[in-house]
Amino acid sequence: MHELSVCRALLDRALAVAATHEAASIGRLVVRIGPLSGVEPGLLREAFAIARTGTAAARAELVVQRSAVRVRCERCGAESECPPNRLICSHCGDASTQLTGGDELLLVSVELLAPAGDEAIAR
Amino acid sequence: MCDTCGCNVTSGNRHLLDRPPAEGAGAIEILEGLLSANDREAAHNRAHFDRHGVLAVNLMSAPGAGKTALLERTLDTLTGTLRVGVIEGDLETENDARRIRAHGVPAVQITTGSACHLDAHMIHDALHALPLTALDIVFIENVGNLVCPASFDLGQHANVVLLSVTEGDDKPAKYPVMFRAADLLLLSKIDLLPLMDDFAPARAETALRALANTAPVMPLSAKHDIGMAPWLDWLRTRRAACLPSQAD
Repeated sequence: MHELSVCRALLDRALAVAATHEAASIGRLVVRIGPLSGVEPGLLREAFAIARTGTAAARAELVVQRSAVRVRCERCGAESECPPNRLICSHCGDASTQLTGGDELLLVSVELLAPAGDEAIAR
Repeated sequence: MCDTCGCNVTSGNRHLLDRPPAEGAGAIEILEGLLSANDREAAHNRAHFDRHGVLAVNLMSAPGAGKTALLERTLDTLTGTLRVGVIEGDLETENDARRIRAHGVPAVQITTGSACHLDAHMIHDALHALPLTALDIVFIENVGNLVCPASFDLGQHANVVLLSVTEGDDKPAKYPVMFRAADLLLLSKIDLLPLMDDFAPARAETALRALANTAPVMPLSAKHDIGMAPWLDWLRTRRAACLPSQAD
């Protein structure tokens, strides 16, 4: 299960952002994960519950946005959604396609919480 | 009980959900790859290989598909023409590195413990123990696993994936992330094909093509020295492309 390694990288980045903005803690982490990223959202959640312990993200919520697998056909130009193991054009059946979505493994945003009574965190 | 639908919220832990009010909260947009630290290290490794004109090949497969046997035969054939070094990734033991060193080739063993893959940081550390100035090709034998290694750039120039005929020919359809990343697919243990009547090389190739992957597919048997020439030619061609272009 490599999701724990991915999770540690995610937390390292998020905690660095929190430290830069002198936030008290992290309220929410938004990630975008595609079926071809090689990361399973369910396993990432399990890893997150372990990895966040004792950090400024100890109570953070992990929000996973799922993206679809999409390809653009180089032959007919059509863009279509397809299963992760069948990356061929659903319009003309050609296999010369470019992936336009579905392999994302992205930290989208980090929601920071200020200590109660403090000024709002600068955006 | 899960972290998804709220079924783990009880009267005993509900208070943990009462977060501070929203004022004082700000969402900072990042939009950066989760593995960007690994990717930066991988780029550093690749620059290091490039500076030395060394071809770096990441060998991946399921456990037991014949990666080490392929390396042993390859090293013996290349002796005297190309200088090779090997980085071995295994959960435990130095067995594979010992096998490689017996062929007179420098080998660094990374024992990952429980890690199911190699990452760019491990490769960076291993490079300190390899004489890059005296090498033409570095093989990285990744941990036997068709899932996790595919997600981590190591700084290699090419991914070579082995699929042995003792596995299913539908593996590319089952593990699309791994086989989509292949720059070359080797069908290994091809000498066993007569005994494996449910493995059809053509079906394996069709499953690879369905991933929009145009990588060459080469059947071979390292043990019986069958089909090694196209693989060695591919290596020589890829290595030549790594050499700095000569101005004269």
